[in-house]
Amino acid sequence: MARRLLVVLGFVGLGLVPLVAEALHQPFYIDLFRRIMIFAMAALSLDLILGYGGMVSFGHAAYLGIGAYAVGILAAHGIESGFIQWPLAMFASMLIALVIGAISLRTSGVYFIMITLAFSQMLYYLGISLETYGGDDGMPLRARSRFAGLVDLSDAHSFYYVVLGLLVLFLVVSHRLVNARFGMVIRAARSNEARAQAIGFAPFRYKLTAFVIAGSMCGLAGALLANQTEYLTPEFMHWTRSGEILFMVILGGIGTLVGSVAGAVVLLLLEQVLSSWTEHWQIVLGPILILVVLFARRGLVGLLPAEGRPRD
Amino acid sequence: MNAVLVLEQFLNGVQFGVTLFLLAAGLTLVFGIMNLVNLAHGALYMVGAYVATSVFRWSESFLVAMVAALAASLVVGMIVEIVTLRTLYERDHLDQVLATFGLILVFNELVSIVWGRAALYANVPTFLAGHVSILPGVPYPTYRAFVIVIGLAVAILLHLLVGRTRLGMLIRAGASNRTMVAALGVNIRLLYTCVFGIGAGLAGLAGLMAGPIYAVQPGMGEQILIQVFVVIVVGGIGSIRGALVGALLVGMVDTLGRAFLRPMLSLMLSPSAADSAGPALASMLIYVLMAAVLFLRPQGLFPARG
Repeated sequence: MARRLLVVLGFVGLGLVPLVAEALHQPFYIDLFRRIMIFAMAALSLDLILGYGGMVSFGHAAYLGIGAYAVGILAAHGIESGFIQWPLAMFASMLIALVIGAISLRTSGVYFIMITLAFSQMLYYLGISLETYGGDDGMPLRARSRFAGLVDLSDAHSFYYVVLGLLVLFLVVSHRLVNARFGMVIRAARSNEARAQAIGFAPFRYKLTAFVIAGSMCGLAGALLANQTEYLTPEFMHWTRSGEILFMVILGGIGTLVGSVAGAVVLLLLEQVLSSWTEHWQIVLGPILILVVLFARRGLVGLLPAEGRPRD
Repeated sequence: MNAVLVLEQFLNGVQFGVTLFLLAAGLTLVFGIMNLVNLAHGALYMVGAYVATSVFRWSESFLVAMVAALAASLVVGMIVEIVTLRTLYERDHLDQVLATFGLILVFNELVSIVWGRAALYANVPTFLAGHVSILPGVPYPTYRAFVIVIGLAVAILLHLLVGRTRLGMLIRAGASNRTMVAALGVNIRLLYTCVFGIGAGLAGLAGLMAGPIYAVQPGMGEQILIQVFVVIVVGGIGSIRGALVGALLVGMVDTLGRAFLRPMLSLMLSPSAADSAGPALASMLIYVLMAAVLFLRPQGLFPARG
């Protein structure tokens, strides 16, 4: 119960951020936490395949980029309706994830890590060479997505609650997914693929489906990110971004879903604090990362008393 | 004239290929024997390039710069192995990837504190400046020819080292069954550190030779490292022969693609379409190659095991 209470309290806290920020006259915090929640969605989608399927995708930032570019390119051609942009962003990421997954899931282990990394790097270079859409420098988003007067994303509060709502929705959907038959098959395939196959499942298809679902979820996060920064650059797809997302999952606790949200909050707040101290903040972050990997393998969630969570 | 251009680009491809090979050989050895994915391998290449460039500026002797760069990358590599990587051998690949990712952040930031973020440009040593004629009337930059010769020489030496010497025998034995090798009384820890040192030295060599050709800047290691991954995946993890073939293949495809894809496309498409599609396709070509190889042979062209 304590754990569930903590999760609920955490989300109530996130819900109160705009009010507190307003009271303190610090609208910056709304912006910061919105960004954090968008990355939390990306990390959550990675945890779905990493924590439950054992698929170490080192190219997850690619879908952030695809989602963002889908919104940016549509907006550049005058299509500003979010009802078209967002589903298309998810669809585009889904297609790319299908191609990348179909090729890289033929392999496993290190090969899988290297291949997903290489594919995301390929998309990064594609982004750089898209001269029409800003190339290396990126381009500003013409306007935030419009929702026929239903929600106005240029209002900081409405946008914040849209992101929060989607994050909660993603969390609930993922939770249902990993505890459904589908999720059980994925977990079975992770712990012993040959055995899963022997009892009559086709693990490849299940894993590919999970990979595609995660990709399209991250694509929506990318669409939100484009609206958040109002600027898109190939940097969204840079491999260090993939590394950061991976670290959020590990920091929070792999295979826990809520952990990746906590990981995103802690990592991005830490980056914020460190970069306000020194320009060379990565020299502090690097050792922290190494220490977490070496000594705190179960992440932040592992610090809580283990209850009701099946150990695997 | 056209044939000369093709020949020149072909040689550039070989030159890029041997640079990739020097990195891939170390990475693939470390993986094949210690079962360790080392993302920080590119950092050793960067260390080699920076030390060589600044020592060369200070001493104006290429030989001194070479020795300093090799020593620096060897020492840094061994220190990293002893301090952090040793504990990672028994961990899964995810932990190794993340911890070495942390190392990359540290190295890039250290380099930008010491040398600044702006790119350095190294000079070609005077005795390697100018051109040689590879065919009558066909000049080629001496320095690039030098890189090719050194790279191929290292490939031959490495082949002999792994295939003909006692150390090579231990390396091969360690790759196929490390418990057995340890049981036979070999100090496996020392062997690991030696192999890591060899890999680090090769990366440093690649870095010092790359200095005058590419820009020396923080992050240069990762830019090439990802291409090295493509090499290893194409060639087959753990195999030196695979690393050589993969490196030459990737170096060639990348260089020739960048040089000739746009003119070839402009024969078929409008000039503006070719201008925008050419560079995009050229930078994606090696990944397409990798996808094709994986599709046909998921274990790479020369798989080392089973």
